[in-house]
Amino acid sequence: MGWPLAVSAGLMDKSPRALFRALGALAAGHLLATLLVLLPFAFLLVLAEWQRSIQLGASLLVIAFGVYRLIERRHPRTLARIPPTQLALWSFAVAIAHGAALMLVPIYLGLCQAFELDAGHEAAGVLMKASLGMAVLVSLVHVAAMISAGGCLAWLVYRYLGLRFVSRSWFNLDIIWAISLILVGVVALVFNLASWQ
Amino acid sequence: MTMRPDPTFHASPKLAMEAPAENFAYTLLLSPDFSKPDALAVIDVKPGSPTYSQIVHTVTMPNKGDEFHHFGWNACSSALSPLAGHAFIERRYLIIPGLRSSRIYIIDTKPDPTKAKIHKIIEPEEVFKKTGYSRPHTIHCGPDGIYVSTLGGGGKDGTNGPPGVFIMDCETFEVLGRWEIDRGPQTLHYDFWWNLPRDYMVTSEWALPPQFESGIVPEDLLANKYGHRLHFWDLRARRNVQTIDLGANHQMALEVRPAHDPVREYGFVGVVVDTTNLEASIWTWWREGGKFHAEKTATIPPEPAPKEKLPPLLQGFGAVPPLVTDIDLSIDDRFLYVSCWGTGEMRQYDVSDPRKPKLAGSVHIGGIARRTPHPNGKAFAAGPQMVEVSRDGSRVYWTNSLYSTWDDQFYPDGVPGVEVMANVGRNGGLKLDKDYFVSFPDGYRAHQIRLEGGDCSTDSFCYPSA
Repeated sequence: MGWPLAVSAGLMDKSPRALFRALGALAAGHLLATLLVLLPFAFLLVLAEWQRSIQLGASLLVIAFGVYRLIERRHPRTLARIPPTQLALWSFAVAIAHGAALMLVPIYLGLCQAFELDAGHEAAGVLMKASLGMAVLVSLVHVAAMISAGGCLAWLVYRYLGLRFVSRSWFNLDIIWAISLILVGVVALVFNLASWQ
Repeated sequence: MTMRPDPTFHASPKLAMEAPAENFAYTLLLSPDFSKPDALAVIDVKPGSPTYSQIVHTVTMPNKGDEFHHFGWNACSSALSPLAGHAFIERRYLIIPGLRSSRIYIIDTKPDPTKAKIHKIIEPEEVFKKTGYSRPHTIHCGPDGIYVSTLGGGGKDGTNGPPGVFIMDCETFEVLGRWEIDRGPQTLHYDFWWNLPRDYMVTSEWALPPQFESGIVPEDLLANKYGHRLHFWDLRARRNVQTIDLGANHQMALEVRPAHDPVREYGFVGVVVDTTNLEASIWTWWREGGKFHAEKTATIPPEPAPKEKLPPLLQGFGAVPPLVTDIDLSIDDRFLYVSCWGTGEMRQYDVSDPRKPKLAGSVHIGGIARRTPHPNGKAFAAGPQMVEVSRDGSRVYWTNSLYSTWDDQFYPDGVPGVEVMANVGRNGGLKLDKDYFVSFPDGYRAHQIRLEGGDCSTDSFCYPSA
């Protein structure tokens, strides 16, 4: 996400350094967004007896957001209002608006399930620490994957493919994005319900 | 909403130049005595076509007295802005503002330009209610909506508060509201444009409605009461960051033409007349060290003429002012075209060095005193006015009407609507095309031209040409 901005930054400054600086800002904003969404769930997990409800609620939330993205496909105007100099803020806002951060919640909660079994009798403080650690890890892995994929594309366009790629090879991923949110939510929901019985 | 970006969207100016040439030219027609509804004419500009240089379709509006001016697309290459994050709206609708009525028409040009039709009409009351502005004038497609400049504020004569810019949704065409948050010293408005990645807007000044609607007010002109300032804005923060006064004698700073390549932080503005000596001028503005600067970089002198060849308005001066009413910059930022509506000349300046424009070409046609006919022998009343350059830079189109009441003052013998085209030499030079001469129906004058797929005064780009 945001790779065309990195291409733009590189071309405007005529320097690959500007491209990488932009990627850094994009990664920082994205990381912040995922942490902002995951951390409350990490804290909530301490409420051990509510875990199942939290997981079910999270699945429904992701599905609901996916459905909303499917119906309301327009991008919030405020995104275009963010100055080009504030790339990290832009990246943060986009990750929130698209539900990129929200999509991680079912994955994160699934990963934490294993932790919960081992640490079932341990003190809440330890559990929380483990959850927080996992939340940070999930965010970091996700951002690393996102920025290396986007970064590769940005570099290829900047160095080899040229701007025609931006004009011609861009796909409208809005529907796919919304559907994948719904899918992730449904999968999480099904697994939760199945393991409940 | 499409799955792929519109094929007429181009990431950089260079890519826009390499795109296929235009097949149709859209031209606004206005009824100067308001006896007929204004119209949009679609002209075939495809060389070799059996209907070349003919009107192939007309969209006639349902109202009278709109007085059409500077229209534009709902979306253009600026939609590829990486900040907007989506490029899946279509360049499909023409947004036509009625300068006199404050009514706005949305014309659908798909599936075929020859079947263009009215899609929606925004009534003046909606503009008044939602913006407090009146007299919409210039349309620019931005990455997050349609920007509309206005020449009037509120109230019947448009003087209740300053005019400014308002924003419309580029899909629903809903009027969203005023753009300005802090306008600083800006009280007059005319043109506007921007540099999207560098995040600034430039606006210019003409006059308030009482100073133009019934014709030019000579006392106001000689008292230097028309606009003469440039305003620079923070585009995202929507606030005035700097105002440059070109000097009170430089009356009417009209069209603003920034370099298309967004790495270039300069642009041009045309001044209609210097009240101390009747000359017209081109100014270059640029940004350096975070500040904007402007200087006069070219002047065009008036031409002496006998009294009997002059309209009453000019007889006391014994000369024809050039009256630079429009300028247009080719997409490669190399040539600036300058309409001298008074003397009847289209000038081409090489602006490779933007602060040292060099005259590279010129053709004479019409003019208050010269009255030069077209090379095909037909008469051409008035002078070159709204000018539009093809994306590849090799064809320059223009019309001959300025504004109904001003036409009558400067050209009292009448201004039958005409559109002509000149071909550009590889290294400059202009030559009128003998085969391209569009005469519009009786009683209509022609104003601005838009070319299919975008042109040099429509599209703005977010990526440099490099």
